[in-house]
Amino acid sequence: MKSETRKELIVSAIQNGTVIDHIPSYAVIQVMRILNLINTDLQVLFGMNLDSKKYGKKGIIKVRDKFFDDIEINKIALAAPHATLIEIRDFEIISKKQAEIPDFVEGIVKCFNPKCITNHEQVRTRFKVVDKEDLRLLCHYCEKITKNENIEFI
Amino acid sequence: MKNKSLISINDFNKEELLQILDLATYFEQNPHQKILEGYVVATLFFEPSTRTRLSFESAVNRLGGRVIGFTDAAVSSTSKGESLADTIRTVSNYADLIVMRHPIEGSARWASEVASVPIINAGDGSNQHPTQCLLDLFTIRQTQGTLDHLDIAFVGDLKYGRTVHSNVIALSNFQTTFHLVSPEELKLPSAVKMHIKSNNLKYYQYTQLEEVIPKVDIIYMTRIQRERFADPIEYERVKNSYTLTKKMLEGSKENLKILHPLPRVNEISIDVDADPRAYYFKQALNGVYVRQALIASILGLA
Repeated sequence: MKSETRKELIVSAIQNGTVIDHIPSYAVIQVMRILNLINTDLQVLFGMNLDSKKYGKKGIIKVRDKFFDDIEINKIALAAPHATLIEIRDFEIISKKQAEIPDFVEGIVKCFNPKCITNHEQVRTRFKVVDKEDLRLLCHYCEKITKNENIEFI
Repeated sequence: MKNKSLISINDFNKEELLQILDLATYFEQNPHQKILEGYVVATLFFEPSTRTRLSFESAVNRLGGRVIGFTDAAVSSTSKGESLADTIRTVSNYADLIVMRHPIEGSARWASEVASVPIINAGDGSNQHPTQCLLDLFTIRQTQGTLDHLDIAFVGDLKYGRTVHSNVIALSNFQTTFHLVSPEELKLPSAVKMHIKSNNLKYYQYTQLEEVIPKVDIIYMTRIQRERFADPIEYERVKNSYTLTKKMLEGSKENLKILHPLPRVNEISIDVDADPRAYYFKQALNGVYVRQALIASILGLA
């Protein structure tokens, strides 16, 4: 297992930074958007439809000289629930984190209900995650549920 | 409940619900007391409502308090483009408590987060109307002497009816058996049924009103709105089959009471009004006691 991981890292050739692995291919651009990697000066490498033992196909993003905090990691989990974040320093894996869907989601997802106050006034959205498997977010304000397929990031 | 806002029935557990109902019983017995002397309650109605606003204002007046406010967003500075948050912050300076109705869902929760005084939600779009739900529970208990182990029928628009949803959720605390009568296209949403199931309670679904009448202790009628139907012919068909008449009540249980949040259009025939089982106007009066209890409790006066 360890040698396989090493091989992958050598290919990526990142000395310092973060590898985000196990992203569904269709979500790669979304994850990059969430992490503000579209308009950035950072070096970003990404791939889609790469072979994965676990998932068949997967996407991957590698960001040089960048480490993410927990809030940013939570954002990733909503778009790519099985994502793994691998932090690398001097070509060595420092840590491996599983992106985790949080219990509460604040300020990153739009409420699906057009009649919700958060879509009418400047109100930071707040949701309780009521289902983590088949993602369902209960709006703190209008009490309506935004389902996985309707999730839109702010 | 001192200084707490009342936003959603989902914020209450069984004990808290019963506490409010007990306090409402106290106000039923003592409706005229001057405990609100010197207090100002703002009633901000961003969309019109007759019953709810008048019963709140009646509740305040009978307790000796004063009411300020508006009955229509057109006469507030909302029409000048002021945000809800700004209106609420401003009115917080003028009143000890704000009662608000607003067409946008979640508006009351948001208002409670920016206001420096407590908020009572008098309806936020199709989301919540907790004082209606509490007065319905109060009325059911008043007519049956208990909230436990009752057979309750909800009739009409169970899909969009906000009061039905809140009532079903609240009654799921009390071992209710639910009888759900609606046209196919207006059945109770599964998200609401989840509350029944998670409390291991039973529910039965019907499309015929007649079937349910002999089985239940309470019939809660609601209005079916024309705009819910894509096909106007379908509406005409459905409309008539969900009208409760005096003749249909033959063979009902003796303790049966008929409730309706009002306004009624044609879903209860007027020949039912004089029947002892008709209880909807008394239900409307109970709205005053329940609102007195809530206001007094929130202001720390009871």
